Amino acid sequence: MDLLMPVVNFGAIMPELILSVVAMVLLLVNVFLKTEQKAYLGYLSLLGIGYSLYVVMTAWGTPQTGFSGSVLQDNFALFFKGIFLVGAALTVLIADQYVRREECNYGELYPLILFATVGMMLMASGTDLMTIFLGLEVLSVSLYVLAGFNRKNLKSNEAGLKYFLLGAFSTGFLLYGMALTFGATGTTRIAEIAKVAAASSAVVQNPLFLVGMLLMAVGFSFKIAAAPFHMWTPDVYEGAPTPITAFMSAGPKAAGFAAFIRVLMVALPTLKADWTDLLWILAVLTMTIGNLIALNQDNIKRMLAYSSIAHAGYALVGFTAGNSIGTAGILFYMLTYTFMNIGAFAIIILVGKKGEPNNNVSDYAGFGFKHPVLALVMTIFLFSLAGIPPMAGFMGKFYLFSGAVKAGYVWLAIIGVLNSAASVYYYLRVMVFMYMKDPTEQFDWVKMTVPVFITLIICVVGVLGAGIWPAYLLGLAQNAMPF
Amino acid sequence: MDSIFFYIVAATAVISGILVVGCKNPINSALSLIMTFFSLATLYVMLDAPFMAAIQVIVYAGAIMVLIVFVIMLLNIRIESGKRYMHTRVMGAILGAVVLIETLYVIMRPASQNLTGGKGPVDAAMVLNVGHTELIGRALFTDYLLPFEITSILLLVAIVGAVLLAKRKV
Amino acid sequence: MENGMIFLGLPVAYYIAMIAKVLVVFVCVLLTVAYATWAERKLIGHMQVRIGPKRVGPFGLLQPIADGLKLFFKEEIVPAQASTFAFLLAPLIALIPAFIAFAVIPFGGTIEVGGYKLPLQIAGYIADQPSGKVIDLNVGVLYILALASLGVYGIVLAGWSSNSKYSLLGGLRASAQIVSYELAAGLAIVSVFLMSGSLSLQQIVADQAGGVANWYFIRQPFAFVAFIVYFICSLAEINRTPFDLPEAETELVSGFGTEYSSMKYAMFFMAEYANMITVCAVTVTLFLGGWHEPIPQVVSIGGWEFYLSWANFVIKVYFLIFVCMWIRATYPRYRYDQLMALGWKFFLPLTLLCVVGTGAVVYFFPNGFWGALFS
Repeated sequence: MDLLMPVVNFGAIMPELILSVVAMVLLLVNVFLKTEQKAYLGYLSLLGIGYSLYVVMTAWGTPQTGFSGSVLQDNFALFFKGIFLVGAALTVLIADQYVRREECNYGELYPLILFATVGMMLMASGTDLMTIFLGLEVLSVSLYVLAGFNRKNLKSNEAGLKYFLLGAFSTGFLLYGMALTFGATGTTRIAEIAKVAAASSAVVQNPLFLVGMLLMAVGFSFKIAAAPFHMWTPDVYEGAPTPITAFMSAGPKAAGFAAFIRVLMVALPTLKADWTDLLWILAVLTMTIGNLIALNQDNIKRMLAYSSIAHAGYALVGFTAGNSIGTAGILFYMLTYTFMNIGAFAIIILVGKKGEPNNNVSDYAGFGFKHPVLALVMTIFLFSLAGIPPMAGFMGKFYLFSGAVKAGYVWLAIIGVLNSAASVYYYLRVMVFMYMKDPTEQFDWVKMTVPVFITLIICVVGVLGAGIWPAYLLGLAQNAMPF
Repeated sequence: MDSIFFYIVAATAVISGILVVGCKNPINSALSLIMTFFSLATLYVMLDAPFMAAIQVIVYAGAIMVLIVFVIMLLNIRIESGKRYMHTRVMGAILGAVVLIETLYVIMRPASQNLTGGKGPVDAAMVLNVGHTELIGRALFTDYLLPFEITSILLLVAIVGAVLLAKRKV
Repeated sequence: MENGMIFLGLPVAYYIAMIAKVLVVFVCVLLTVAYATWAERKLIGHMQVRIGPKRVGPFGLLQPIADGLKLFFKEEIVPAQASTFAFLLAPLIALIPAFIAFAVIPFGGTIEVGGYKLPLQIAGYIADQPSGKVIDLNVGVLYILALASLGVYGIVLAGWSSNSKYSLLGGLRASAQIVSYELAAGLAIVSVFLMSGSLSLQQIVADQAGGVANWYFIRQPFAFVAFIVYFICSLAEINRTPFDLPEAETELVSGFGTEYSSMKYAMFFMAEYANMITVCAVTVTLFLGGWHEPIPQVVSIGGWEFYLSWANFVIKVYFLIFVCMWIRATYPRYRYDQLMALGWKFFLPLTLLCVVGTGAVVYFFPNGFWGALFS
């Protein structure tokens, strides 16, 4: 019997492997823990994430391919893996307090977060449409469950169900697009797709190929919550448990961008003229719709949901530019966005009561007088989200828009800046309530715990550090550009 | 002979496909869907892909549809109200017409612009010589080993999630 | 025969042989179905120290025909609230897969008729006459699994369309039970794949040639477990006692068949027995050496070979049918939760273990397990 041996290179998937193993161990350990002991799982998963992050850092600069071209762990993938791991770690840190308060302290939380991270990492390093698709599915399925994680809360159930139905629908688009691309080119490896397309103009002119690209773009747009495929975002973000909302707004969006960038730039450069136009429209729609509707939101989680749509729009601006600074800007932006958004959600968790009846912006009235430090931290995050210097958000937007200007999309940059200016209104509104209204509540239930404290420190350092000394991170991001 | 058979099977697939959306009774819709799957399986056999055909029947017609029928029976929906979904039907008809026109346009193009697109390493002769099942196995366990393994993680996550969300007491 | 007429790419003789094989197999299975009912009543009667049917004909031998006539002349009733189409369709769906599964089962070796070699398998043919190599459906096992998974629809539909609580409960039970045990049965067959390296039933049988030691069920310890599990799970899949909960008469009247009468009821009845025969035939093919004889030396005497090949098969199948009846006479019915627990918590892990174990043994003992063990 002649055995065909597969080409295996565990080095190329080492971070994923570590996390998967840790997650499975956690699932086993979970069985033996009492409800009040579940926090140990969090510490264990932090260990796993830390080790994985260490592997990611040491692998920097040494691209590896494995599994006959299914994955490629280059700097681009590593940078994104770093983002996901940071996002996962911060989520784990803020999750414990929330699940205790909401009495949904089920140990499966941590393994699911880890599995979601594995899915994201596979999306970032996948160089085969199948790998990318399955990574996305692992991520999505974990997120469906996580969104409905607070089983006794009807809003959480609604969020899980809505996310599942719409997510499954969008997955159909993505998969159909991949199938058509496969049909047009005869391969699923994205490097091969580019080769086949470059070799013959018949493939490029094939309607199957174009429709495949379109459908894949629709699928990815859903994942990054770009308008007009953003409908799910507000309801899901509002209903999902707050740490999960924080998680969803950071990592998965970045993962969507990672796969989107890789597929369009590596596999379909021959269609660049087509997808740039498409992205232009998407970017404008996403920014505008996100910001305009956010102006009108009272619930702070909903507001941040629309703001996250708007931020996806900014990132799409950089993607439309397609040049080094714009794309590196996306990487930079996604990392800093992780810090500021998870930080903001950490404060929301602290302020919230059981069942979260006080999530409206008006419930923050006078928060600045009762908890000046926390309010200051929140202000930093909100300023950063609004893009006010010297926070990281400003630098991120600066890179994205300057990339667009350099590539000749001046109008796009102008629309972006206008949008950014409009967004200041709703971020400032929170601050107005925090500092300029009289307190109606005592906020005596707001208790800082050590993990949340650590989270806030990391986030503040991240936001300010990347805002004041952006060169180092941007250098890394530009190093990560293989295109 | 082959083409006659093809047209019979294809017509069955299309008609039962229309019945899936056309039937008012959900059980009849489900049965039509099974019929569609069966016709597709027959088409696979005609394309020298017996393994795909068998898997199509076992997985879709045999397992998934049983579950769907099971759910319909548990919910005991007799006849869904036809009026409630009228607007979706109109939309569906419009979309269907668009897709049909597109398909016709694509089919009617001159042969020089044919749509077969790229071809992979596997061709019909190879399928006949090596065997369809073996070819799938080779691809699955060599080139596509990683996606195959990721699937196991995906299933694990799905099981954990289903248990977590649906179990009475966690 | 070599230069016979060609019709659609194949010699006409091929079609004639095909039709003949279909007819013979169909009639044999039908007869077996009929007399299996008689045999079951007789056997269980004797096991329970009764006599069983004896009025109609000698030893009650004409009883099946009397039963058939009785059912044939009964009134056809379709309940007023039933979904007529599904109600009429259900018995057919139950019956047909049981019969067409026989298309791929090799029930004998090759026979020679008028200088033309014929394989005793409906879906098999010999393209290259001199070598006599049989070509059959190369995913035969999957074909059988596929058909087995379709049989459930008959029962489910019957339960649903009758619009009666008993029927519905029976149908629900059946669908859950069949889906559950299908998994374990399918995984048990994987052990066979691992040993044969093929999904073609011809090759699986050919691989078991050369005496009882080569039959899959005792070739390895894990394969024996797989054999037992497969047989039990198959019994559950076709709703035989002790797994006949879908039609448990003490609680559900007659389960999915409650509202059926006349020939439609008879079809369900036939489907049950035909399924039993199919399962026994598949088990024989996969695990008990197919049509091969237990001790090869005795048999190769001139022209009698082909008789023995199918006779071997028939004897083995009849033995397994006897075992089925024996089980029915011996064991009480399972409770529903026990049934589910058994399937999911015991058989499924066990079959997974079998898959791993068989694979390991095949890999580490390429020249046979027992030989390596005792040398």
